[in-house]
Amino acid sequence: MKDTEGYVTADGRKIGGVVMEMKNITLRFGGVVAIKDISFDIREGEIRAIIGPNGAGKSSMLNVISGFYVPQEGEVWFRGAPRPPVKPYEVARQGIARTFQNIALFEGMTVLDNVMTGRLTQMNQNILTQAIWKGKAEAEEVANREIAEKIIDFLEIQSIRKTPVSRLPYGLKKRVELARALAAEPKLLLLDEPMAGMNVEEKEDMSRFILDVNDEFGTTIALIEHDMGVVMDLSDRVVVMDYGKKIGDGTPDEVRTNQDVIDAYLGVAHD
Amino acid sequence: MPEQLVFAMEVTLNGLMAGVLYALVALGFVLIFKASGIFNFAQGVMALFAAMTLVGIMDGQVPFSHLINATFGTDIHHFGWHVPALLAIILTTGVMVGLAWCVQQFVMRHLVNQAPIILFMATIGLAYFLEGLSDLMWGSEIKNLDVGLPQGINIWIDEATFNIFGYGFFIDNLDIVATVIAALLVVSLMAFSQYTKEGRAMRAVADDHQAALSVGISLNFIWVLVWSLAGFVALVAGIMWGTKSGVQFSLSLIALKALPVLMLGGFTSIPGAIVGGLIIGVGEQLFEFAIGAPYFGGATQNWFAYVLALVFLVFRPQGLFGERIIERV
Ligand SMILES: Nc1ncnc2c1ncn2[C@@H]1O[C@H](COP(=O)(O)OP(=O)(O)OP(=O)(O)O)[C@@H](O)[C@H]1O
Ligand SMILES: [Mg+2]
Repeated sequence: MKDTEGYVTADGRKIGGVVMEMKNITLRFGGVVAIKDISFDIREGEIRAIIGPNGAGKSSMLNVISGFYVPQEGEVWFRGAPRPPVKPYEVARQGIARTFQNIALFEGMTVLDNVMTGRLTQMNQNILTQAIWKGKAEAEEVANREIAEKIIDFLEIQSIRKTPVSRLPYGLKKRVELARALAAEPKLLLLDEPMAGMNVEEKEDMSRFILDVNDEFGTTIALIEHDMGVVMDLSDRVVVMDYGKKIGDGTPDEVRTNQDVIDAYLGVAHD
Repeated sequence: MPEQLVFAMEVTLNGLMAGVLYALVALGFVLIFKASGIFNFAQGVMALFAAMTLVGIMDGQVPFSHLINATFGTDIHHFGWHVPALLAIILTTGVMVGLAWCVQQFVMRHLVNQAPIILFMATIGLAYFLEGLSDLMWGSEIKNLDVGLPQGINIWIDEATFNIFGYGFFIDNLDIVATVIAALLVVSLMAFSQYTKEGRAMRAVADDHQAALSVGISLNFIWVLVWSLAGFVALVAGIMWGTKSGVQFSLSLIALKALPVLMLGGFTSIPGAIVGGLIIGVGEQLFEFAIGAPYFGGATQNWFAYVLALVFLVFRPQGLFGERIIERV
């Protein structure tokens, strides 16, 4: 799989070269080793899942990719070059959007306003030009507003556009968070347990959205998920983590039959 | 109309005008508190520093002249020019932006994720540092500030009220101008936060830091921005207070009057700061007029605001407009 050409999936989607590569990443919190010497890559256009038992280090890995955590060892390669230490907001500006396991929305804002913040990376006007060139700023606002509305339609949340996020149930909040991430028109989308706490119907909706995003916009997606059925359905390739180590990497079928993976999942109490 | 009522009206109007100033200082507090959770004890001293700098620039004073003269044995005090008010205000705004950058770069940046009390202590340190810096840069004598704002009794109101009530109200022109400027300032700030990209980013940071980072907002930039805005608000407050009673070190004490305003209005609400300021301004004047002077022997303005705030704290701790504080269990 090390070729730059990519591969073609069973359902005929073309997967491109490597966009993001983790090389020997080690991340420690004091005495706790959250990630132990892990390497893997993410290819253009694929849906890459990260799975593993609780506390395996999955979220930590996503946080390393998005710049929230800085690993003590190892390199993150982005678009074929090692990435210097970056702040999370710089990562966002490079076209990498994310959602959080515990949902981080702007609770005091409406759904539409939340989605509009996702457009911030795409806005070019600055303080001065906005004051001097009011027309241009307004045109930009209108254009961004249109894109935000499109994404809201796409995720079927039109009816709550003007609702303050704090009033929404958990499942819808997850969806709004996805909408905000999509508003940035990311090249790479990182989703930390997008379906956690959802009922079956909500999970089906979310799965469909994730597939559609990948399909229609060609967005590369890395996602963490506990529900094995969902993972097997959605993902092209899977990384399996346990106690900070990588214990498996491959297609869903390869991973499912991997003995280490089976042991990890049977040996550890799991929700 | 009974005479007492007419007097009370005049007192109320004057109280409103005083309240505008409290509101402005409180507004500076709110801007920083909302975006960073920092209670900026130095807001009052920033007003002093801004006013001192403005006077210094207008008069062509050489900054740090005492220090320079003592070190090099020179005897320079003035550049020998005068800077027009408007240009001086622009330059001072630049200085306040520079100050904001320094505060963020050299102090606050290193204290991210510290407990609120630590941040508060840092701003106390900043307050005394700024007070010393003002002294060192511009000297400690009381200075006159005149940027060309009209002053003195408003004849028109005097005559109009005389015709209606048979008693002419004394309303200072400066107070009227101050009110108009403060209103404009608040409206522009609101528009800024609602309709500009940076304003949206500012609201985002006020709401959730992590989420703000994830949509590409630099917290550092926003913090410099809010300290700059607070610095500008301090400049406006400094100009008004300085024009009224001269630029002197007691100016930094208006920060203390902003405290009860914040308790009333809530620490996170811009409209709250305005309404709170006006209530305190009117309240303390009316109380002094109706109860303080006749029954307490006067000077109740010194403590009335705090007592009012205390009563408020007991019954509505989040203030008039502040977000409800609900403990999660
Ligand atoms: N900010 C932090 N400070 C200290 N320790 C942390 C921090 N973040 C994660 N850890 C530790 O790192 C380890 C991995 O945590 P992580 O959240 O990455 O696991 P996870 O695989 O996402 O688990 P879950 O399925 O429960 O979300 C855990 O032991 C956790 O306690
Ligand atoms: Mg996790």
